[in-house]
Amino acid sequence: MNITLRVWRQKSRHETGHFEEYEAHDLNPNMSFLEMLDVVNEQLTKAGKQPIAFDHDCREGICGMCSCVINGEPHGPENKVATCQTYLRSFKDGDTITVEPFRAAGFPLVKDLVVDRSAFDRIMQAGGFISVNTGNAPDANAIPVGKEIADQAMDAAQCIGCGACVAACKNASAMLFVAAKVSHLNLLPQGQPEKSKRALAMVNQMDEEGFGACTVTGSCEAVCPKGISLSFISKLNRDYLGAMLFR
Amino acid sequence: MNLLVALFKSSLGKKYVMALSGAVLVLFVIAHLLGNLQMFLGPEAINKYAAFLKASPEVLWGARSGLLLMVGLHLFSAALLLRENSDARQAEYEKKDLVAASFASRTMIASGIILFSFVVFHLLHYTALQIDPSFAEMHDAQGRHDVYRMVVSGFSHWWVSGFYILSMGLLCLHLSHGASAMFQSLGLKNERNRCFIDGAAKTLGLVLFIGYSSIPLAVLLKVVK
Repeated sequence: MNITLRVWRQKSRHETGHFEEYEAHDLNPNMSFLEMLDVVNEQLTKAGKQPIAFDHDCREGICGMCSCVINGEPHGPENKVATCQTYLRSFKDGDTITVEPFRAAGFPLVKDLVVDRSAFDRIMQAGGFISVNTGNAPDANAIPVGKEIADQAMDAAQCIGCGACVAACKNASAMLFVAAKVSHLNLLPQGQPEKSKRALAMVNQMDEEGFGACTVTGSCEAVCPKGISLSFISKLNRDYLGAMLFR
Repeated sequence: MNLLVALFKSSLGKKYVMALSGAVLVLFVIAHLLGNLQMFLGPEAINKYAAFLKASPEVLWGARSGLLLMVGLHLFSAALLLRENSDARQAEYEKKDLVAASFASRTMIASGIILFSFVVFHLLHYTALQIDPSFAEMHDAQGRHDVYRMVVSGFSHWWVSGFYILSMGLLCLHLSHGASAMFQSLGLKNERNRCFIDGAAKTLGLVLFIGYSSIPLAVLLKVVK
């Protein structure tokens, strides 16, 4: 199949960017979106041009490294998949596909489609952990966890931190990410001692990084490659309110 | 004091203020509608109700200042949030899919601003009696303010009724999102109740729209005269 790509090219944060058009011919519909970019980059390199910079790593939908807003939707048109698992068969032969970087003040652009998502790392450093004394691994099942709670915590823990929620939100809010990370630990018994501290610290760091507030549009949940539920944001609001009033 | 500073400093704190002030205002619009619907019971009922509301200036002004404070807090936190939210995305996408974001959720600021201008007009019209000074002269047989005649006379102008019905449409839109989002902001929503709360908010918006619009429509159609 043949595709016309309109890709955002920007040399660095401080230079102005623009769209460039590339024709990609004879593509296999079963190629992933990233493999298609690889093919285009090979052509560009052969022609002596700068290849398109884009983020990628595991290419199996679990690392959260790939990004891109494809035709106006983070991670492309399919539900609950990342860009690396978006295949060309999701598009039609002859389509023009617009590819842009995630756009948010909290994710400053590095180059082309690559943005700096280290704000998420700093949010994690603020409280996305539990403090334990080192030593031998504790016995399995020493701390009982109810099935329902364990399931919910696992649902939250599915977040791969890709930032699609920020990219899709009209306010570039990171609430879904922070909610998933806070809930994952705050639901489990191991997370209880630092529950309030965690909610306060991670939300305050989120605010400092320049992300917006949640307007509950639900866009984040809809584009999340892991289907993290909006209900976790409600839980974060509850945990933060409790921490603010009673801590 | 520390709590107050923390409330307005954090993004979540401002959402709590939005939600709580919004909740009070939602309760007010429900109560206000129930009062207004007495227009259908005739002049005696509505005039008596109006006189009852104004019987004690302390209670009246207490309620009024409470409501004004809620409106103030709602607008103030909305303005702060608006600034932060627009700072959070400086460069816009060339192509943007709206994915799941409802029209109401994307237009809360616009519907809110128009609604606020309506409230100002509505207060000048029926409370301060500035738009049509003849309203102040209207008294019924018992010497009470003739609210019934004032409302009929006000709504017989098509543009007053038109602006009123339009604004109630926007109120419906604003609440179809806001009345459910406040449960989310206060952390009261969960996987089990979210569908119910979303549906209830839309229903509430629609009921308020029908209820409020029925009065100017009845006046225009000469059902109430």
